[in-house]
Amino acid sequence: MSTVTHTPGGPAGPHHAPPPGRTPAERAAVGGGRAGARFFNGFSHLFLAVWAIMVIYPLLWVVMSALKTDSEVIRRPLSLIPEQLQWGNFARAWTEGRIGDFFLNTVLVLTGSVFLTMLLGSMAAYVLARYEFRGNRLIYYMFLSGLTLPIYLAAVPLFKGVHNTGVVLPFLGPNKHLMLILVYVAWSLAFTVFFMHSFFRTLPTAIAEAGMVDGASHSRLFFNVMLPMAKPGLISIGIFNVLGQWNQWYLPTLLMQSVAGEPKNQVISQGLIELSVNQGYRSDWSGLFAGVTMAMLPVLIVYIVFQRQVQSGLTAGVSK
Amino acid sequence: MRHGVARFVTGFLALPVGLYVFYVVWPFLQAAGYSLTDWGGYSDRQQFVGLDNYIRLFSDELIRKAFWHNVFFLITVPLFTIALALFLAFLLNVGGREDKAGVRGVFGSGFYKVIFFFPQVLSLVVIAVMWQQIYRADSQGLINGVLMKIGLVSEEDPITFVYDPEPFLGVPAVLWWLLLIAVWSGAGFYMVLFSAAMQSIPKDVYEAAILDGAGRFHTFFRITLPLLRDTVSVAWVYLGFIALDMYALVFVMTPSQGGPNHASEIFASVLNFTAFQKGQFGYACAMGVALAIFTILLAALQLRITRRERIEY
Repeated sequence: MSTVTHTPGGPAGPHHAPPPGRTPAERAAVGGGRAGARFFNGFSHLFLAVWAIMVIYPLLWVVMSALKTDSEVIRRPLSLIPEQLQWGNFARAWTEGRIGDFFLNTVLVLTGSVFLTMLLGSMAAYVLARYEFRGNRLIYYMFLSGLTLPIYLAAVPLFKGVHNTGVVLPFLGPNKHLMLILVYVAWSLAFTVFFMHSFFRTLPTAIAEAGMVDGASHSRLFFNVMLPMAKPGLISIGIFNVLGQWNQWYLPTLLMQSVAGEPKNQVISQGLIELSVNQGYRSDWSGLFAGVTMAMLPVLIVYIVFQRQVQSGLTAGVSK
Repeated sequence: MRHGVARFVTGFLALPVGLYVFYVVWPFLQAAGYSLTDWGGYSDRQQFVGLDNYIRLFSDELIRKAFWHNVFFLITVPLFTIALALFLAFLLNVGGREDKAGVRGVFGSGFYKVIFFFPQVLSLVVIAVMWQQIYRADSQGLINGVLMKIGLVSEEDPITFVYDPEPFLGVPAVLWWLLLIAVWSGAGFYMVLFSAAMQSIPKDVYEAAILDGAGRFHTFFRITLPLLRDTVSVAWVYLGFIALDMYALVFVMTPSQGGPNHASEIFASVLNFTAFQKGQFGYACAMGVALAIFTILLAALQLRITRRERIEY
């Protein structure tokens, strides 16, 4: 995946004639030619480098601003190198900015919701992909429709439901984390079912049939044979869900408005919004940057570690 | 035996379907129901008003404005993102040296692929905080600061970015600045997507073309691009949804969430404003239903237009 060539793999077969010689004019016409190629190669590098800077520079700049003093952020906002590294900003954001609490809340919610999403999503996808029964298509399209429906439409009823929790979840009481988990799971199911459905379809049927002949029960077959075989797909969809739910902002903003006196339960994206919106009244710029840096680090790490799975997962989900 | 299958299917579907119906389908149906009432949202008083809310939609000045802004994003977000992503993927895959064996990818393409994807994994909030600083309308802003240092922008007359409602090419400038953020954050994802699709094209197709004397541009436009058709059309549909969902950017980036002076208002921002600020839940729900119908029609249309016979290889 790392080096990309479009060159033929093996040596040309004996039946292949050597490339016909071209006159310089012909070479120029097809964009080839030594000088042309070198120029194009140089141009590619230049353009890619410029775009890379446009992507990296703002990130780097946020991280570096997190290491400045407050006055330096205001005095020399554009500089990339802090006069003196202020590691204390991170500690301050963690405790005073309550990034620590936000982190804990997010990790708590995410652990539950991603695990549940993957489990329930692949269960539904497996049954829908592998079993024929009445209503199969209907249920599948019901899940698919969730990909197109705008979440804002559900906003009003969800909001209302949450504010009389009794209506939504009589048995959960006021545990907003649990409720957010379930809402996340429900909203992530559409894509998860869609993705895993296409994945289970690509798995060979022979093994499942062999398992059936051996007398394994349906659910045993799923957990012991099919789920392990679907591991590459599961990893991809798991990462997508982690990234998506970590960055989810609308749902928690809508559902987790803390009422005075209640314990604070915001997740990280919400907490940062509050920090940045309140920036008008406070002036802890470096603290804000430190918070932003900490919020983006886990996702970047997850992506860098799993980028191969993300990239192969992308194509598996789209082209099949 | 058959009985066992039914029990298994029911057992496996019960929880996911239940949760989905409860938190996704049911709220939608409720919203559709509310859209036929004059419910304000903060009291229990609601009266059935039939299609009044929908009729009102068509004469609402703000909605009309928001609708055209949606259309703007619907066209520009996929267009610019796909064009840029294709170009980046093209450079990554055929930008390298041309040797006897053909054209190869540019040196370091693996590294670029990781870097370009970064914005995609950043949360909206991080993007917002970053771009607020980039777009600051004084010498402290990243763009203004740099341009002032070079002398391209004067201190008295900085670029005002998302605070600029003046039309540029017939559309409020603020929309173009939001578009830039959307393209910036999305291009990497689609670049990776197109790259992967390009690599799945069998090598002998290229081999034949190169033996016939085709150069890299020729190969790209005559072979790569036509074979990428499926992937591009999928990308177009995805980006269509993203374009309809520009609300998050509008919310965090623009003054008074849709400003200045309603210049960046889109469907979803009007919906939220109507529901939660003006307290007209019934009317807001009608907007939501209209948006949903619009989205579904559009998705169906897009799929129909872009669907063609698959090229098998």
